[in-house]
Amino acid sequence: MHPVLRTVLQRLGLGIVTLLAVSVIIFSSLEMLPGGYAENVLGQSATPETVAAFKRDLGLDRPATVRYFEWIGNALQGDFGSSYSGLSGSMKRDVSATIAPRLYNTFFLAAMAALIAVPLSLLLGAMAALYRNSWFDRIVNSVTLTTIAMPEFFIAYILVYVFAVKLKLFYPNSTVSIGTPFVEHLYRAALPAITMTLVIIAHMMRMTRAAIINLLASPYIEMAQLKGVSKSDVIRQHALPNAWAPIATVIAFNLAYLVVGVVVVEVVFVYPGIGQLMVDAVSSRDMPVVQACALIFAATYILLNLLADVVSIVTNPRLLHPK
Amino acid sequence: MTEFEMKLKQVTKAVSRGKLSRRDFMSYAMSIGITAAAANTMFATAARAEPKKGGIFKYGSGHGSTTDSLDPATWTNGFNFQFGKSVMGAPLTQLNPKGEVTMHVAESFEPSDGGKKWIIKLRKGITFHNGKTLDASDVVATINYHIGPDSKSPAKEYLPGVTSVKADGPDTVIIELSSGNVDLPYGFTDYHLSMYPATDGKIEWEKGIGCGPYVLKSYEPGVKLVGERNPNYFADTWFDGIEMITISDVAARTNAYLSGEVHFIDRADLKTIDMLKSAPNTEIYNQSGPTPYTAPMLCDAAPFDNPAVRKAIKYAINRQELVDKVLYGYGKVGNDNPIGSQMKYAIDPQPQHTYDPEKAKAILKEAGIENLKVDFSCPPNAAYPGALDAALLMQESAKAAGIEINVIREPDDGYWSNVWLKKPWSMCYWGGRPTVDTMLSISLAADAPWNDTHFKSPRFNELLVQARSELDETKRAAMYAECQQIVHDDGGQIVLMFYNFVGALNTAVAHGELNSDQDSDGGYMVERWWMA
Repeated sequence: MHPVLRTVLQRLGLGIVTLLAVSVIIFSSLEMLPGGYAENVLGQSATPETVAAFKRDLGLDRPATVRYFEWIGNALQGDFGSSYSGLSGSMKRDVSATIAPRLYNTFFLAAMAALIAVPLSLLLGAMAALYRNSWFDRIVNSVTLTTIAMPEFFIAYILVYVFAVKLKLFYPNSTVSIGTPFVEHLYRAALPAITMTLVIIAHMMRMTRAAIINLLASPYIEMAQLKGVSKSDVIRQHALPNAWAPIATVIAFNLAYLVVGVVVVEVVFVYPGIGQLMVDAVSSRDMPVVQACALIFAATYILLNLLADVVSIVTNPRLLHPK
Repeated sequence: MTEFEMKLKQVTKAVSRGKLSRRDFMSYAMSIGITAAAANTMFATAARAEPKKGGIFKYGSGHGSTTDSLDPATWTNGFNFQFGKSVMGAPLTQLNPKGEVTMHVAESFEPSDGGKKWIIKLRKGITFHNGKTLDASDVVATINYHIGPDSKSPAKEYLPGVTSVKADGPDTVIIELSSGNVDLPYGFTDYHLSMYPATDGKIEWEKGIGCGPYVLKSYEPGVKLVGERNPNYFADTWFDGIEMITISDVAARTNAYLSGEVHFIDRADLKTIDMLKSAPNTEIYNQSGPTPYTAPMLCDAAPFDNPAVRKAIKYAINRQELVDKVLYGYGKVGNDNPIGSQMKYAIDPQPQHTYDPEKAKAILKEAGIENLKVDFSCPPNAAYPGALDAALLMQESAKAAGIEINVIREPDDGYWSNVWLKKPWSMCYWGGRPTVDTMLSISLAADAPWNDTHFKSPRFNELLVQARSELDETKRAAMYAECQQIVHDDGGQIVLMFYNFVGALNTAVAHGELNSDQDSDGGYMVERWWMA
């Protein structure tokens, strides 16, 4: 078996174990939270009878272990169950059907932000390394550090105020529905995507810059310069190929953030993504939805990290033969 | 009225019904000597005053969650309560702005046997959105859905003592109760009780098919609802369509309003209300509600089992300060009577419980209590926004009366199930209820599950039951007056303040007199408002 393939399979196996552990942790921490689904939905108007009726309907009167194993058994077969909300009717709200449109929205936004942020930060990072300690370097550094240091909701409010309320170039809220056309979706998601770009760009840019600067001091770069290779070719052909590993790790980390860490941006822009769904589900203890969201988040992290590792290994074959 | 005025009134009316164009009106008005500017204003006012059909109404709501559903038994928030009031749903009865009950799906309610038996005649020719004609079996199934033994519906509290619901022919329903209830028609204004089509005695709510003013086009819980006017609606409604959008974040909601994305937002941010006030074409929606913020003390837990302690604390709270600082002035001080002054049978009990630390001290001294120390369990926001701030203000004001309040910060999560009704002194709020009877029955009757003060006054309970079946208005008013006085004097429920419903409305939308029993024109907003 090819060593890269073997590593990937090993990692995937470990990933599944991690997912199981995550599901246990999430399930037990939700069990420990005060109040249950029935109490939370009914709020102040809960009476012992209505709460009992809810629990009976949802099967919540059974022990937690039974419920966990039943759920995990179904999940392994690809059935994430039904959301607790609206369960009493004849039309069940499938968790997968609930999550799918939200997940699409989240991935849409994440992809949009990534498509802007990743090339931009690589370019800026490489240029900052090339012209390090120049005015360009300093300005890029201070601007990106400022945007990462500001809370994301603050950036969001500033963007809304300037571009939506004052200039009226964009929509102030990004409500999209299942039937929203692609172009309108793109337009509505523009401000949140820019916000997220501003938040993640500094990390990736500075990592690129540091990795390249580190390499620029190595003897083989000096050799390349001495034999007369142009500045841009030094970076592209000699420095970057060796800098991919750390950069890929940081990019993977930020992409994961784009999927799982954007609930604040979603709330400010009223964007129906999965973060908002999970927060609502946690606060009402809608266990099947929370579990499914948590698994998706964990899987996102695991897969992206795996991808980063594969990139590192492929660009640096030494890693395939650990001593 | 002169002939000239009569004529002018006639043409104004024609404008308001949309039968006369601006050009025709102007030429007429100017021909009788009215200046162009004045005529223009008159046209605009007249055109706005009478409802007319058309337009898409967009509403940015501070309520709604992804866990909401179309199941009427689960509706609890300010977004989905409107479903049953006037979106897809239509209940048997409605409330008018004066708080009186009016017939809606029902044509008449006839009591007999001292309110123990009611004969409900249904309006003929009502169809559901799927074309099915509404008949008595649908109504019976809808009511049973809420009051049945397996029901999870909070609507049970509005129909106390109902023992049987039967259809008598296609448009008559007979309801029997274990004890008389004169207020039954009021109970049916509740938003859970909107009518649904039934097959084999079971209602189908899953598709959102009702007989209300709007047909459900799409609904994503916690995101958006789109409705289209029901062309076969049996009453008047004006908008061609509605969009209800959940915008939980108050800054996002304000931005949506300011940029013209929505016509109306509820729960405006009181901290920045002046910005909304100065926005162009804006009317501040400000209705004083019958919705009290309370601080219930358990009357059977020490030290609140001593009436002197309860009375002293009532005098040790600076309620005006709470209204000014917690509600930014958008509210009214409470006087330990949970009945809002706009409700029928409401009284203002005397003496008014104002801030009087000296009096509080004197009451405690007389009862031989020194150094009163009490625990006060308070969530930051679960009972109402700013509950903890209110508690800290109360702590300060009570110091002057020699009462030491130990404010215990409780988590918002699980507050209603773990703290409220369990800790000796906590925070609470009550939504508006249509009648004095429901308001008192749910929160103060001895056997009520939500009697959050463990208030058990025999006289109060006796009056409450008697009044429910009393047909004589004067006697009934006297009974309710005594009830309210007892609660004010002796109860454990401190009514701190009544909050206002505050929102912002674009003047492109017009409305008549507003309901103040609940937010959004009592939930009738989408049915009763129109495009100016």
